[in-house]
Amino acid sequence: MNVNQHTPMASPYGQPQPGYSQPGYAPLDGGYPAPYAPYNGPASAYQPGAPPQGPARGPPASGPPPVSAPQPYNQYSHSQGDMQNGPPTMTQAPPRPAASQPYNPGAMNLSGPHPSYPQHYGPPSTIQQVTNQMTGMQIASGPPTPAGPGYAPPHSSQPPVSTAYSAAPPPSYTQAIPPVSSAPTQPPPPSGPATSQQYYGGPPPSSQQPFNSSLPPTSQQQFTSSAPPPPSSQQTFPPTSYSGPVPPPSQAPAPPVSQSQQSFPPTQPPFSSAPPPVSQPAFLSGPPPPVQGSFPPRAPPPSSHQYPGPMPPQQQPPLSQPSPYHSGPPPPRAQMPPTSMPQSNHLPPGPQGPPGPPGPLQQPPPQPGMQGGYPPQQNGAFGQVRGPQPGYAGPYPGQPNYGAPAPAPAPAPPAQKRLDPDAIPSPQASDMPAVQKSRHRIDPDAIPSPIQVIEDDKAKSTEPFTTGVRGQAPPLVTTNFQVKDQGNASPRFIRCTAYNMPCTADMAKQSQVPLAAVIKPLATLPPDETPPYVVDHGEGGPIRCNRCKAYMCPYMQFIEGGRRFQCGFCSCVTEVPPHYFQHLDHTGKRVDCYDRPELSLGSYEFLATVDYCKNNKLPQPPAFVFLIDVSYNAVKSGMVSIVCQELKTLLDYLPRENPEMDSVVRVGFVTYNKVLHFYNVKSSLAQPQMLVVSDVSDMFVPLLDGFLVNVNESRLVIESLLDQIPEMFADTRETETVFGPVIQAGLEALKAADCAGKLFVFHTSLPIAEAPGKLKNREDKKLIGTDKEKSLFQPQVGFYNNLAKECVAQGCCVDLFLFPNQYVDVATLGVVPVSTGGSVYKYTYFQAQSDQERFLNDLRRDIQKPVGFDAVMRVRTSTGIRATDFYGSFFMSNTTDVELAGLDCDKAITVEFKHDDKLSEETGALMQCAMLYTSCSGQRRLRIHNMAVNCCSQLADLYRNCETDTIINFFSKYAFRGILNNPTKAVRDTLVNQCAQILACYRKNCASPSSAGQLILPECMKLLPVYLNCVLKSDVLLPGADVSLDDRAYLRQLISCMDVAETHVFFYPRLLPLMKLESGSLPVAVRDSEERLSKGGVYLLETGLHLFLWVGASAQQELLLNIFGTQSFSQIDPSMTSLPVLDNPFSQRLREIIDSFRAQRSRYMKLMVVKQEDRAELIFRHFLVEDKSASGGASYVDFLCHMHKEIRQLLS
Amino acid sequence: MATYQEFIQQNEDRDGVRFSWNLWPSSRLEATRLVAPVSCLFTPLKERPDLPPVQYEPVLCSRANCKAVLNPLCQVDFRAKIWACNFCFQRNPFPPSYAGISEVNQPAELMPQFSTIEYIVQRGPPTPLIFLYVVDTCLEEEDLQALKESLQMSLSLLPPNALVGLITFGRMVQVHELSCEGIAKSYVFRGTKDLSSKQIQEMLGLTKPAAPGQQGRPVAPQDAAASCRFLQPVHRVDMNLTDLLGELQRDPWPVPQGKRPLRSTGVALSVAVGLLEGTFPNTGARVMLFIGGPPTQGPGMVVGDELKTPIRSWHDIQKDNARHLKKATKYYEALANRSAVNGHSIDIYACALDQTGLLEMKCLSNLTGGHIVMGDSFNTSLFKQTFQRVFSKDYNGDFRMAFGGVLEVKTSRELKVCGAIGPCVSLHSKGSSVSENEMGIGGTSQWKVCSLNPSTTLGIYFEVVNQHNAPVPQGGRGAIQFVTQYQHSNTQRRIRVTTIARNWADAQSQIQHIESSFDQEAAAVLMARLGVFRAESEEGPDVLRWLDRQLIRLFMFHLRRSPFLQVFNNSPDESSYYRHHFVRQDLTQSLIMIQPILYSYSFYGPPEPVLLDSSSILPDRILLMDTFFQLVIYHGETIAQWRKAGYQEMAEYENFKQLLQAPLDDAQEILQTRFPMPRYIDTEHGGSQARFLLSKVNPSQTHNNLYAWGQETGAPILTDDVSLQVFMDHLKKLAVSSSA
Repeated sequence: MNVNQHTPMASPYGQPQPGYSQPGYAPLDGGYPAPYAPYNGPASAYQPGAPPQGPARGPPASGPPPVSAPQPYNQYSHSQGDMQNGPPTMTQAPPRPAASQPYNPGAMNLSGPHPSYPQHYGPPSTIQQVTNQMTGMQIASGPPTPAGPGYAPPHSSQPPVSTAYSAAPPPSYTQAIPPVSSAPTQPPPPSGPATSQQYYGGPPPSSQQPFNSSLPPTSQQQFTSSAPPPPSSQQTFPPTSYSGPVPPPSQAPAPPVSQSQQSFPPTQPPFSSAPPPVSQPAFLSGPPPPVQGSFPPRAPPPSSHQYPGPMPPQQQPPLSQPSPYHSGPPPPRAQMPPTSMPQSNHLPPGPQGPPGPPGPLQQPPPQPGMQGGYPPQQNGAFGQVRGPQPGYAGPYPGQPNYGAPAPAPAPAPPAQKRLDPDAIPSPQASDMPAVQKSRHRIDPDAIPSPIQVIEDDKAKSTEPFTTGVRGQAPPLVTTNFQVKDQGNASPRFIRCTAYNMPCTADMAKQSQVPLAAVIKPLATLPPDETPPYVVDHGEGGPIRCNRCKAYMCPYMQFIEGGRRFQCGFCSCVTEVPPHYFQHLDHTGKRVDCYDRPELSLGSYEFLATVDYCKNNKLPQPPAFVFLIDVSYNAVKSGMVSIVCQELKTLLDYLPRENPEMDSVVRVGFVTYNKVLHFYNVKSSLAQPQMLVVSDVSDMFVPLLDGFLVNVNESRLVIESLLDQIPEMFADTRETETVFGPVIQAGLEALKAADCAGKLFVFHTSLPIAEAPGKLKNREDKKLIGTDKEKSLFQPQVGFYNNLAKECVAQGCCVDLFLFPNQYVDVATLGVVPVSTGGSVYKYTYFQAQSDQERFLNDLRRDIQKPVGFDAVMRVRTSTGIRATDFYGSFFMSNTTDVELAGLDCDKAITVEFKHDDKLSEETGALMQCAMLYTSCSGQRRLRIHNMAVNCCSQLADLYRNCETDTIINFFSKYAFRGILNNPTKAVRDTLVNQCAQILACYRKNCASPSSAGQLILPECMKLLPVYLNCVLKSDVLLPGADVSLDDRAYLRQLISCMDVAETHVFFYPRLLPLMKLESGSLPVAVRDSEERLSKGGVYLLETGLHLFLWVGASAQQELLLNIFGTQSFSQIDPSMTSLPVLDNPFSQRLREIIDSFRAQRSRYMKLMVVKQEDRAELIFRHFLVEDKSASGGASYVDFLCHMHKEIRQLLS
Repeated sequence: MATYQEFIQQNEDRDGVRFSWNLWPSSRLEATRLVAPVSCLFTPLKERPDLPPVQYEPVLCSRANCKAVLNPLCQVDFRAKIWACNFCFQRNPFPPSYAGISEVNQPAELMPQFSTIEYIVQRGPPTPLIFLYVVDTCLEEEDLQALKESLQMSLSLLPPNALVGLITFGRMVQVHELSCEGIAKSYVFRGTKDLSSKQIQEMLGLTKPAAPGQQGRPVAPQDAAASCRFLQPVHRVDMNLTDLLGELQRDPWPVPQGKRPLRSTGVALSVAVGLLEGTFPNTGARVMLFIGGPPTQGPGMVVGDELKTPIRSWHDIQKDNARHLKKATKYYEALANRSAVNGHSIDIYACALDQTGLLEMKCLSNLTGGHIVMGDSFNTSLFKQTFQRVFSKDYNGDFRMAFGGVLEVKTSRELKVCGAIGPCVSLHSKGSSVSENEMGIGGTSQWKVCSLNPSTTLGIYFEVVNQHNAPVPQGGRGAIQFVTQYQHSNTQRRIRVTTIARNWADAQSQIQHIESSFDQEAAAVLMARLGVFRAESEEGPDVLRWLDRQLIRLFMFHLRRSPFLQVFNNSPDESSYYRHHFVRQDLTQSLIMIQPILYSYSFYGPPEPVLLDSSSILPDRILLMDTFFQLVIYHGETIAQWRKAGYQEMAEYENFKQLLQAPLDDAQEILQTRFPMPRYIDTEHGGSQARFLLSKVNPSQTHNNLYAWGQETGAPILTDDVSLQVFMDHLKKLAVSSSA
């Protein structure tokens, strides 16, 4: 597929730039516009470069480029990192054949700009490229190509500039050069298989990708604009000689490379790229001269020595550059600044252009002869950029900058981002080289980059988000922002897939965009936001619409002087009760509007009256029952003693509403193996009493008084009990367990006490003992991939479904902690937790020593977190749409009421809406989520969340106001439920189809006409393919050979109640380079691809469930010393689960970061240290989701190609 | 020759046997004409302080289907060292150990005075006694406290090596583990679920996976003991158990208004039986059930938990309105039978003001030889002392209780055994001496009596099968041998053998003799037992009619009015209770039950027994009535006034004080020995409790026979019952009419 970019190149640049800023970008990126504008400037300058490509282009841009180019670059780099990214993409384009290069830029356009750009670029170049390269898509950013030419010049010019900028730069250059050479050398070794690729794909992709990727998303257009120059330069390069191009390569290197990635090999290249990272590490430490010293040794071959040397210098230069550019930014590690830094770095590479020669030298080795010319360019570029790999070099250089500010590896990505905003030129330079590589593949850097999007969003979200504006999409989940409730629920409570709903069912059907909301009713708010107010409407209960029973909310229109109100949902008019009457002001608003939360806020709570209670009786405070498996395995693994020990302290932290008061939650204890042991811990007893119930076939609670007790009153007895439990069962030989009766026991206990509550079940093994709910081992991997696969996700017996129903009726929520050593049939055991709003935690092969921390933290959090019980949730909507489907952990006995035995602050429910009539643009679409629940203090309440979105009659509006993360949340839940009833493959196909339809619909209806070969993505959904690919590759839908059925079932259940932030990081893990750490800000993440990893770096990867610390094989000693307290890579103990506490700022900061990550997630992430080329790396690689997965999942590039193909099919 | 009176007394003293006839009619025909069957009351473990047990095993007849024990009636050839069985005439050589016998050196069992002899058998390991307390916790606080104290006290009465267990129940059933330190453990069973013995044992963790190599070998009691945490030697768990009992709480489940507490007696018993079954089969054990109300849930439920539904009365039963009766009875019978098979007995101590379901549960004790004690509250001396008396000891310091008794009856050819009535179950041992004609529990010559005490008495009924045309030779004697094997309370296994013989008499020629050999008292009790036995299984009126057609004597008048046959004015539980005791007490006690004893105390002489008649109720008398179940002291009108006036406090009326004291002392004497403790009532003329007396006496004066009014000869009884006089008149008429 061709990503439109190419053609656009020429004309676009000139035009696009303006267009970008004006058309899509401005709207898209609030803040960007400004930066873009500047870019445009540069772009135009670049464009000059473009001219080389195409006459038409050339003229417009060319003029400006020469002159402005050099300066602009620098400036740009300073100003906008993102912009720089753009350029790289541009460069990508160049990599392709001269002709194709231009296209690449087009690719950039994909997202926002598409319409205009694509047109220009796309048609001509893209097609060619596409055809040439691979059927695959060439997502390469259009800009690069055009940029090529432009860039080249700039680069050349840049060098001087950079030098000029700072003293540092010069040194960097020299150094940089060597690095270039080193880069090539490195690439070869790692990517042995894809040597050729290495040159092209490998190096380029890595370096380019980062840039491109960052570019494409947000500022693609801009980039494209900027990009054009590089391509042009590239073009020139190819034809002429590398030397010539060389400089450009530095500019464009990375980007073009990405194109090359299109082809599968590119993925491999990443590996090659990996090596570069190695050099990067050098950077990290390297920034300073000493580093260099270290490099040599690390660097594979002698050549590498040189590289390393250069590498560091590069970094240095950047550093210095940054300072010059942004004096402010560099010092602070603010993401923005860093980005700029990289850019600056890139720039330096440009200057390094001269290094080009070395590049060529390198080229020979890596590249057979294919692209002899190109490689050199790249190399040159690389050299400048990265020490290790030519292509990467470009981007990496940026990293080096990071190095200074942040870890080296990361630099690349950040660089991209930064590039865009800061300075197009430099990036371009780096991109340029990539261009060459792009020939066969799409440049990974040219395709939309999640990192870029995330960073862009962060950049523009500086103001608190106010919810009052209907139809406004909130900042992304990855962005920190403050919310001001002005009548709609905070995005922390509700996120929608679309903030402009189609007015009609036809439109909705046509677009295929799912209409859904992810609701997290009890979400915890940051301390600076006010929790929902509690409103008491007195004995009569909350005031509601007579007809649809919607609760009083800001959408109710008061009429007749305030004596009546009209329901915003159903339009029914209802009398205002006398005690609630209030006069209206001249605008028709009640004068007390702002005194009443229910009239002015999006979220608030009502006190419920007895009418809202079960059996018309006010509820009792809830109770917690702890049910502990004491079979042989449980005792032996240490679980029993850990739980008992921990509970002693944990019981002081039961949830409470008033922190001053003791919790009113009562507790009870049960242990079990084949039989159950209840404990009487009544405060009057001297010793606890154990009551054994062996009649598991007909469970009952053997005692009433003394089972559920107040912790403070019975403290001594409880402590005595918890002390004795581990002793009592220390010698147990019982290996069989029951499970169904355990839950029944807890349920019966709550029934007997007539209260709601939560069961904490600590369980180890498949329940094979004779009892209701007995299971057999049905793990059969042969079924995977067959039509019977779905049965593996279905519960083995119907027993648990019925049990779940009973639990829900009683308000009995079940949290299950599993400690399996083998198959336990999570699919079946999880039924009750999932249906009751509980959680399943799984600690496979639990060992006290290594897993205790994770388990205990999970347990602590699980016990302490705010939770509501015995809840019923209903979503009411305006006439015209209807909530039709619900996804999450709950039970539904009818089609409208979501029943939750328990609901905690981490659980989200995804609600799908369908049209049943027309909506009007005037009124928009309203939804009100009302959840009736019992608080942890035993109070019955109604929590109301209101949400109003716009309605549109134009598809373009729909596509402009979507949220991809939420769509992915919906898709994943939809798919994960789908596999219960359909073959997994069918589910995957459905997803792909729907995604293709969404994008095709956009292309057909919203994008301006362009070549069919162009891939045009809506700005808001440009990440849809990459994220969707992650969903498709997940263990649930595409299991690897080593993924157990339990794991799949576990994940499936887990995801069903995740909110958007969790699914986002789960599907697209956060990968942070750790070469440089600053306090107060995080390093900018890099894309999840192996080629983004530098062998010399250390990275932190977080998925919300896992936390990896990846250590490159040639990570700097100083880095290792800082982190591990050892200088030797080989002395790092891969089994450690926590980092040593070292007294140095780096170690402190790193641990701070890790802690903060853990604090963000609902589950504790155990730290795994992964050493490069260690066996454990396989696991780690699994999370590099942009790469091809071991289980056969497509790489991002491949998938994008595939998606493009699908779209084209749909369009034709 | 001694009189029959003396002969009978002597026989009773020596052998614990009283026959209805002491000369037996020699043919079936004659025997049936006598109406009262040849039968006897047999007290297997009659206390014989003068009878030291012998330390060897009995010598048995070698004939497989005879196995009679060598006895004084056997013919012995001292030279050939051969003895002839007097039942089957088999000639048996003496065992080698008897080589030294001769006319002058005879073993004890050959001496006539040892017609009853006891052997100690050294077979198998001694098994400790087992006491399993099954305690209802649905009691009033006060009751529970009293019960707990009684139970704690009982621990001190048990021999140290006895095993004890504790099951408590209310809504749930808890089996307490006694061997644990720290946390008190118990196994809990739902009170509503009927569980099989196997399930119970599994749930209690008593079934061990068959160890390799041990398969097929039954688990020895020792193994079971080691593995059974629920039954532990008293000396080891004394403290634990005392604490446990001390901490015992009332059933915590709330009892809503208008409801009865949920009491799972059925399941509790089932668990108790299952527990013992699994751990100590065929070992002497007592399950002691303490209940404070009727079972209200689960199997064996007697009444629902709705208070508005009263517990069944005789009226309900007759109208077939007792919903749970049949089911519950069946359930408890099944339990009783299981328990009996394993030799475990079940006591019921029921203390409540209302009925507790004894009617349904009576078989538990009746079939296993257990006690039934009925009282108003556990906090009464009636219960406390009765319970204490369960553990009373004999002159050797051993418990007056024995376990796992098997009574076998062997008869000479002319006799066959029809059945037995008493606290026993049939062992279904069909032999040549078993009659087809069943009376009581028949069809067998062996019965199991799970628990025995020295007063346990069975009625055993025989049939003369000798045909009229095959007369027994002159001087022939019929013989009966009772062989009782049992586990003594000191854990020894013992065998007591009683061999008796009676002369045959030709009814035609020796009718006078036969007549004079009639033991009226024994016959009365025996007939009464038959009557009670029938009453248990048949409709009341039918039984009375049957009885009326049978032997009619004075006793029968009272019997007809007794609670054993009359259910009027008695709850089903009371009837069951009375009958239970009636069929197990010895002759003397039985007679008291049939015709209460009335003593009169006055200034006119020493205390004298008086007629149980309303005419005996005089103002200046103090009456002491012993009905076995009640002990009533009744002060006549005048005496009562004097007492009220306080004359007894005055020195000059010392004699009055003594008069008042005399019946008290006598009552005390009775109380000392009676088991169960009778209800002790001290009342006076016009007192509400006087009804106990008035209901018993012969209503010779009622409001109907006006002529008696105004006379100072007694107190009129307000009743429509016929008086003895009327009864007798009627009787005489019937006796002579041929239509009877």
